[in-house]
Amino acid sequence: MKHAAPEGGIGARLPRLEDPRLLVGGGCFVDDLQVPGMLHLDILRSPHAHARIGAIDASAARALPGVAAVYTGAELAQFLRALPSAGGLQGFSAPEHHALAIERVRFVGEGVAAVLASDRYLARDACEAIRVDYEPLPAVTDPEAALAVCAPVLHEALHGNRAFELRIGNDTAEALAGAERVVRGRFVNQRIVPNTMETRGALAHFEPWQERLTVWLSTQAPHLMRRELARLLDFPEHRLRVVAPDVGGAFGAKNNPYAEELLAAALSLRHRVPVKWIEERQEHMLATSHARAQTVEVSAGVRADGTLCALHYRLVADMGAYYHAITHVGPMMTAALMTGAYRIAHAATDIVAVFTNTTPTDPYRGFGRAEAAYFVERTMDLVARELGLDPLELRRRNLIGRGEFPFATPTGHVHESGDFGLCLERALARLDYEGARREQARLRTVGRYLGIGLATHVWRAGFPSVPGGKGYVVSGWERSTVSLDPSGTARAVIGTSPHGQGIVTTTAQIVAEALGIRPQDVRVIHGDTDALAHGNGTMGSRSLVVGGSATWLAARQLREQATRLAAHLLRLPADRLVLRDGGFADREDPAKRITLAAVAAHAQAGPRDLPAGMASSLEATALFEQPNFVTCFGTHVCVVEVEPQTGEVRILRYIAVDDAGRAVNPTVVEGQLHGGLAQGIGQALLEEAVYDTAGQPLAASFLEYATPRAGDLPRFEVELTETPSSVNPLGARGIGEAGTVGAPPAVVNAVLDALAPLGVRHLDMPLTPQKVWRAIREARA
Amino acid sequence: MKIALRVNSQDVEAEVEPRLLLVHFLRERLRLTGTHIGCDTSQCGACTVHLDGRAVKSCSLLAVQADGCAITTIEGLAADGVLHPLQAAFHEHHALQCGFCTPGMVMAAHELLGRTPMPDEAQIRAALEGNRCRCTGYQNIVDAIRAACERAGGCT
Repeated sequence: MKHAAPEGGIGARLPRLEDPRLLVGGGCFVDDLQVPGMLHLDILRSPHAHARIGAIDASAARALPGVAAVYTGAELAQFLRALPSAGGLQGFSAPEHHALAIERVRFVGEGVAAVLASDRYLARDACEAIRVDYEPLPAVTDPEAALAVCAPVLHEALHGNRAFELRIGNDTAEALAGAERVVRGRFVNQRIVPNTMETRGALAHFEPWQERLTVWLSTQAPHLMRRELARLLDFPEHRLRVVAPDVGGAFGAKNNPYAEELLAAALSLRHRVPVKWIEERQEHMLATSHARAQTVEVSAGVRADGTLCALHYRLVADMGAYYHAITHVGPMMTAALMTGAYRIAHAATDIVAVFTNTTPTDPYRGFGRAEAAYFVERTMDLVARELGLDPLELRRRNLIGRGEFPFATPTGHVHESGDFGLCLERALARLDYEGARREQARLRTVGRYLGIGLATHVWRAGFPSVPGGKGYVVSGWERSTVSLDPSGTARAVIGTSPHGQGIVTTTAQIVAEALGIRPQDVRVIHGDTDALAHGNGTMGSRSLVVGGSATWLAARQLREQATRLAAHLLRLPADRLVLRDGGFADREDPAKRITLAAVAAHAQAGPRDLPAGMASSLEATALFEQPNFVTCFGTHVCVVEVEPQTGEVRILRYIAVDDAGRAVNPTVVEGQLHGGLAQGIGQALLEEAVYDTAGQPLAASFLEYATPRAGDLPRFEVELTETPSSVNPLGARGIGEAGTVGAPPAVVNAVLDALAPLGVRHLDMPLTPQKVWRAIREARA
Repeated sequence: MKIALRVNSQDVEAEVEPRLLLVHFLRERLRLTGTHIGCDTSQCGACTVHLDGRAVKSCSLLAVQADGCAITTIEGLAADGVLHPLQAAFHEHHALQCGFCTPGMVMAAHELLGRTPMPDEAQIRAALEGNRCRCTGYQNIVDAIRAACERAGGCT
């Protein structure tokens, strides 16, 4: 059957269908919801990084008007299970983690007591009226210091702060010993805070006479949260409904079943009232997962010709005070992708994961892969400098070639397909690399410091399932159901849970493409576990490559059904039919025609006069899982000027060429790149969750924590290439995390390139004016 | 305390606690939930509304301070089912992703265009200093604002 692409199908720059409502203030975020009689939950949090909890006196709080209840950790533990953790995995030291601390607090911001009151002001008043006796203990926030023999121990049951140790890779000792040169360095990928613009929040509504619990959650994975809440609350899963309404950003930080959301649900059940909890920004800085927090000591073995023969990392990963859902996975992903886009035969990472008196870490846009790209791209620049080679030349000599896919790395990852050189050459052409180098040399003679930074990054998206996984399992499949209404419009119910990615629009485009209708005639339903029985959610850049593929497969099946029925009704062979303009027509006699609506209405009318084996409604469900991660890649080039008098870094140009595999909506893809770049540049230049040695957070509000503002960012020059992937039917690649993966190394390489004539070898992010200025002064001294 | 004000061209009278923030009054009492709360230190701008024509952060004002004032929220911009030109430009230029900061961005941009009819890119970026977005990287927001003022005959 022939098929004419509809307007707005795959590849169209369709303005987003999600927008109008959000533009007029008609969005519906969790805090916009009210249920009559609802109580507000507030959490009293520890001001200490490490302390024994003595007596808790809540009598004054309980006596305040409007206060319904106050709970301590010990009281809660009588009816509430502990939070999920990386426990259950062999060799892992998994500490118990409760919704509220019992006996001991281990980071500033850990919940100590919970208050239910009739409004949020009264709940806060009551928190302030609770008296807690703390006996402060010595704290440790630096993961290296936490490994010392005499360090304060967070979890006494675990005998020390070492969470786990793991080696990933092959033998590197021999190759390093045989290398003509070994370049060493130490790179820190600093702790940062996701800072979604909408903080976390929950509204739990237990309806006792229906034995139903509905939880509206600011989450990116409603089905996972349903499973976890059912388990933690001992509540039947089929009576539990989780709804992700509009969600104001997640970036990986809204995957975890957190204490507060669990508390809202548990207290709604216990008190038989609706309970709302809304996180404040300062709470977000303390209680929502932090991210990155990895340090590597690098040994890179190099031959005289500039090829890398061995790479070894000792990777210290800061877990924070407890595990969140998949905290432990971050350093493993870093290790798996440590060789980046390069052909390095011997590579291994020795991971040491450590508990410290800090907020637990967990995913954030680029989880594990951003760290890997940063470390290897910084390594390449350091090697280039020590060998006296141009960093571009070093990359060209080591890049995996177009003909080498599938390419197995020594760390157990297989790059399924790719064309790394394509993005590199495109980016260089756009910049005029040689010209930029000449300009840099010219300006140096007049005391101006330009720097050019490259990142030829690679990462991966759309994880496959891990069979028999224990602990907190996230499966690799996704599910979509596509159906035709009797009037000829379509609906897609999807298991991914978009919150800014434009997946409503791209899903509609995919369905439109398959069915030959307009995207405006496709309704996309998501984020409600009552609308789709099972799903996994939006994380790890899987929404298009996995979820979009499931939608594509379902829509194709639906088209086959509709075609078969149309052929039956027109008494024609199916291969004579063309689907266009909302109907099927005979290719040889276009007057013989039946609309999609008529076909759908016929199916709906009942089982008579249907082709053999066809059901009475046109509907198809598909599950899709990638056999392997999709390989994602690109090249970013950053040009900066460093002002030596002030240490300020000004980005003059930022070029990003990333491969989308197949761009369903190029405007949306570019938007994803822009946003990721902003976050990546934020990490490179501005952001850090700093603690003092006593464990007090020094950047716990937007006053001190610098997410980028409009004036901090350059105009991005973004280009897409489309090299089809081999692991999904759309040929698509992940794009959501490209910016946070590529930008930190591109920016840092540029700044250090600018500072090279001054003798600065390395600086750790964020490259604030103060840090750069100090480095320049020290280098000159 | 009793307050009387105009919100989106409608007269409103209410009895409020002195400590009630304007943003909570708008969101929870008047159910105008398009105005969002993104921080607690008046840095993010998600709660931006117009008070007597000036863009203000409604998290930093008490409801009682708005007594006798005229307030416009994001819900008051589109008229007769048609998007305001700024809203339309945000749509056409993909200037929003999660949409949480968007109402504040639009209200801040609206004030900028009233004050500076022909802003250049640097002026637009500077004017958005008090509004944070975590999704878009700002470029499309800047482009949308430029497009809106070009359409209105401004912008250089």
